[in-house]
Amino acid sequence: MNKQTFAIKGMHCASCVYINEKALKTIPGVIEAVVNLTNGKATLSSDAPIEENKIIDAVKSVGYQAMIENDGTLDEKIKIEKKRELKDLKIKVVVSLFLGALIVWGSFPGIMDFAPSLFKNFYFQFVLATIVQLWAGRDLYRAAISSLRHRIANMDTLVVIGTTVAFLYSIFVTFFPKFFMDLKIEAMPYFDVSTVILGLILLGRFLEAQAKAGTGEAIKKLIGLQAKTARVIRNNKEIDISIDEVVAGDLIRVRPGEKIPVDGIIIEGESAIDESMVTGESMPSSKYKGDTVIGATMNKSGSFVYKATKVGKDTLLAQIIKLVEEAQGSKAPIQRLADIISSYFVPIVIMLAIGTFVGWYLFGSNPVFINAMLRSIAVLIIACPCAMGLATPTAIMVGTGIGAQHGILIKDAESLETAHKVNTIIFDKTGTLTKGKPEVTDIILINKNLIPKFFIGKQKTEKNLVSALLITTASIEKLSEHPLGEAIVKKAEEEKLVLSEVEGFKSLTGKGVTGNIKYQKSNIKVILGNKKLMENFDVSIHQSGHEKLEKEGKTVVFMAVKNLFLTTNHYSLVALLAIADTIKESAKEAILALNKIGIETVMITGDNEATATAIGKKLGIKTVLAEVIPQDKEREVKKFQKEGKVVAMVGDGINDAPALAVADVGIAMGSGTDVAIEAAGITLVNKNLISVVSTIKLSKQTMKTIKLNLFWAFAYNVILIPVAMMGLISPILASGAMAFSSISVITNSLLLKRAKI
Amino acid sequence: MDKIIVLFFGIVSIIFTYWFFFMKKINTVQAEGTVNILVDGGYKPDQIVIPFGKTTKLVFERKDSNTCLEEVVLSDFKIRKFLVLNEKTEIEINPTKKGEFDFSCGMGMFHGKLIVK
Repeated sequence: MNKQTFAIKGMHCASCVYINEKALKTIPGVIEAVVNLTNGKATLSSDAPIEENKIIDAVKSVGYQAMIENDGTLDEKIKIEKKRELKDLKIKVVVSLFLGALIVWGSFPGIMDFAPSLFKNFYFQFVLATIVQLWAGRDLYRAAISSLRHRIANMDTLVVIGTTVAFLYSIFVTFFPKFFMDLKIEAMPYFDVSTVILGLILLGRFLEAQAKAGTGEAIKKLIGLQAKTARVIRNNKEIDISIDEVVAGDLIRVRPGEKIPVDGIIIEGESAIDESMVTGESMPSSKYKGDTVIGATMNKSGSFVYKATKVGKDTLLAQIIKLVEEAQGSKAPIQRLADIISSYFVPIVIMLAIGTFVGWYLFGSNPVFINAMLRSIAVLIIACPCAMGLATPTAIMVGTGIGAQHGILIKDAESLETAHKVNTIIFDKTGTLTKGKPEVTDIILINKNLIPKFFIGKQKTEKNLVSALLITTASIEKLSEHPLGEAIVKKAEEEKLVLSEVEGFKSLTGKGVTGNIKYQKSNIKVILGNKKLMENFDVSIHQSGHEKLEKEGKTVVFMAVKNLFLTTNHYSLVALLAIADTIKESAKEAILALNKIGIETVMITGDNEATATAIGKKLGIKTVLAEVIPQDKEREVKKFQKEGKVVAMVGDGINDAPALAVADVGIAMGSGTDVAIEAAGITLVNKNLISVVSTIKLSKQTMKTIKLNLFWAFAYNVILIPVAMMGLISPILASGAMAFSSISVITNSLLLKRAKI
Repeated sequence: MDKIIVLFFGIVSIIFTYWFFFMKKINTVQAEGTVNILVDGGYKPDQIVIPFGKTTKLVFERKDSNTCLEEVVLSDFKIRKFLVLNEKTEIEINPTKKGEFDFSCGMGMFHGKLIVK
């Protein structure tokens, strides 16, 4: 069954619902049409997807409007608009700079001697300058005038006032030279000033528009990752359908080399999958039946069938895109100052320009009027509020984009900014530093003679003995549901061992399990559990080496069997199995890297002191907070904050959520619970802890870029505006400097792409 | 004489510039459900009172080709949206906090304010 949902505009009453439903049901192929007044949406059910224009027409026929969302068209529209804008700008830049060059040739002392006399003619210059001013500068005028109507001044206002003054003065000089000559002012127009300034400003715009497109590339790349079609199995037939038509529950076949269309769970087959595009993890991961696969990742070797669980807006990729978009829409606190300044900036520059004119007119050298005018024009032109406005957002856009490519999802600009100040990182232990699943780490054989021999081949090698032990223990533990038992069973499964039959299984709560291993006619009584169980059966564990294992933070499971060599009902210790939650491969490396850059690392856990200290030591974490109940994690974070530390909390569980929220930066592991991800400012899609280091590095690099941008933008204005007021820079040079300043800020942000994180 | 005239007009122009840009009246509207905002040399209206806890649809219609205004940013709501020229772009927000929230163009040159009551 195919479903289509879209919004209907113009509905306000229950009868509208009825009218629309009726109209939609008349479309051939529609089985059911349901219109909801509350959310203004309609859902069509049909066997095959209904064409959009049929829906639009049907709704239109009863006087309403169907709003069929199509994100592709919006992107298309933006693309078309950008392309047109760039083309338009390019023509204007070329024409105005060319005409400007002709005027300069005809008016600049030194080179004008070689110019054709036509170029020296003021009327000819007037015609060329007018074309530039009114045609190339049209958009600037429109923008400036419409802002002035709102009593707002911006970049365009400055350029327009500056060039208009030069242009009008030149017209006046051209047509009424006598007026100026009577005032003993040389009748010299400044058409070159107005034209070249406009040309250079437009060139700056052109380059800026091109460079700016590069800052938003990450999102486009992410959207481009999406597969277009899916091979769905419906009614035992494989059909290729558009990805939009895939629904949760669909069975999808993926062949080698194909992209996985949506998120789901493998139900048949196995493969190695390259997930680097979504998680940033470079090694392909092996996936088997029951494992989850992520949409937009690449299937490498095997062929498999999986069940779609998340489609459309719910897929991981869609969520990632949404998060990155949101982060790029948020504002970094550092931007606040730039925002306040830029909202007062332009009017202040206008006032400064007026002041400059008055100052030079009153105290300047002759010809006072011209000097005063050119200097105030330079002040207007050189001021560049754009550089300030672009400094932070462009760097944030690039920074969040790079993060996403490395599997670091930053929810808001504030988290990205704060991360560079972090000097203490608190790690939750279970599931974050460790895998969160207990594993058998050591097997110590105490009495090899008592290991049930029938599971061993002819060779009594150490390996075979261990296998026999695993078969025995796993066969019994298979019947228990204890996590420690699961670890043993898992170990046996990993070694591909065939388990044996068990009789008389008994679970003794808080102690362990017992049972009889049956093999042909033999029957061996096995007990498996902790010290208490051994005590109950009078098994001596003295000098078995269990203390050493326990000191390492491991849980020891003792295995004993009824000793057939003795006539009495006596059990003897056979082996020790040490079980521990194993440390993630990336944990040690990450901690080392963090310690190296001077960040204090802290581990927080509910484990007992001994276990916690042992793990902390292994990882190189000095501060270990053991026996912390989940509710107190938040308080521990606050304690560090009270000491003046900037704290990042890394966790994955529901119980970490309050601590993640209260920390200066909350970092959730992507494999963690939704609650943790919700509470955190940053999510690491891969399970690799090195990403924590990368996050800090990314934040530092981004902040470095932002600070350099802001420094450049402020220094530029603070230094060059007074320079222009003093009359040390000509208006044409001023326009060149201004165009350069915006571009340099964007280029600097784009350089962030090369940062190694 | 001419210097006195220039000085006088200079001071008057500076005062006028100050008054013109910094002492303008703010155009406030009360929104219910949907509010249309004209993007042309700024935002009109530029101060909008919207209800707390309810979804309000902001319909931006961009008439200005100035690239500065091509994006609208509602940073408190984590929204940065491209406004296609001569088209209406809808943004739905559901404020969960009361207070005043700025919105601006992509470069932070043009500003507007949402007041959640």
